[in-house]
Amino acid sequence: MKVGIVIFPGTNCDMDTYHALKIVGLKPVYLWHKEHDLKDVDLVILPGGFSYGDYLRAGAIARFSPIMREVVDFANKGGYVLGICNGFQILLEAGLLPGAMLPNITNSFICKEVYLEVLNNNNFFLRRYSKGEIIKMPIAHKEGRYYISQKELEELKENNQIVLKYFGENPNGSIESIAGIINKRGNVMGMMPHPERAVELFLGSQSGINLFLSFLDEE
Amino acid sequence: MKKWTVILEIFLKDGIFDPQGKTIKDALHNLGFKEVEEVRMGKVLKIDIYGDNKNEVFEKIKKMSEIFLANPVTEDFNIRVEEE
Repeated sequence: MKVGIVIFPGTNCDMDTYHALKIVGLKPVYLWHKEHDLKDVDLVILPGGFSYGDYLRAGAIARFSPIMREVVDFANKGGYVLGICNGFQILLEAGLLPGAMLPNITNSFICKEVYLEVLNNNNFFLRRYSKGEIIKMPIAHKEGRYYISQKELEELKENNQIVLKYFGENPNGSIESIAGIINKRGNVMGMMPHPERAVELFLGSQSGINLFLSFLDEE
Repeated sequence: MKKWTVILEIFLKDGIFDPQGKTIKDALHNLGFKEVEEVRMGKVLKIDIYGDNKNEVFEKIKKMSEIFLANPVTEDFNIRVEEE
């Protein structure tokens, strides 16, 4: 599978993501935000960071970057898109996923390891995990309090779109402890935790590796 | 075309917890201002813009707010157009 990593001004997890993909044997390409060419990739990753300094709202400006028009088209045609942290925020702002991010309930930047529960593994991204599996990954964000209207929350639940929840402590005040969601079609996923920072034991966890390994298999 | 100054206020929707507002309210209580019931902290944008009339400017800022400046999921906004 050919994977593209989008770089916005302020993105800072591009190399970590590249490294995680390299570990599983993939050779990703970088996609500059000003380009309109997705270079025939099969999967687009919007990595973490602080695109445009998080000005206005996290992800609010990046969603209007030139390449996002292509990413939205790609997603609407069924292409796989994964947003990690700031990438998740961008997907929400772009309307590819429902809901929005608010500043953490603690009103502070939170950088620490958290436990997550895999609620739905019946999708392309999380199929190498088991349902109910508890995994460990770091979070590092200031705007990670996921919010969605009650009506849309019910829809998320009905359609099994809540894929990852914080387990035990809810660090940022997200509604229903939501850490990651997927769209109805199952091709666009966003998550606040950083799987790319949990791919080797010396990083403290290998919980993220199965996500990247899932990009190896034939669909 | 005339030049206008627009003050755009953006607040989290009622019912959405605003940690900054809560922290400020607690500080005010500590300072003895116990009468303070609630504080909400929002954003203010001052936008200088050219336009033929007030209504046209208002509608333009409303459109900007709906598609970009405010997030309709979490935020409400208020527009004040003033002639320069």
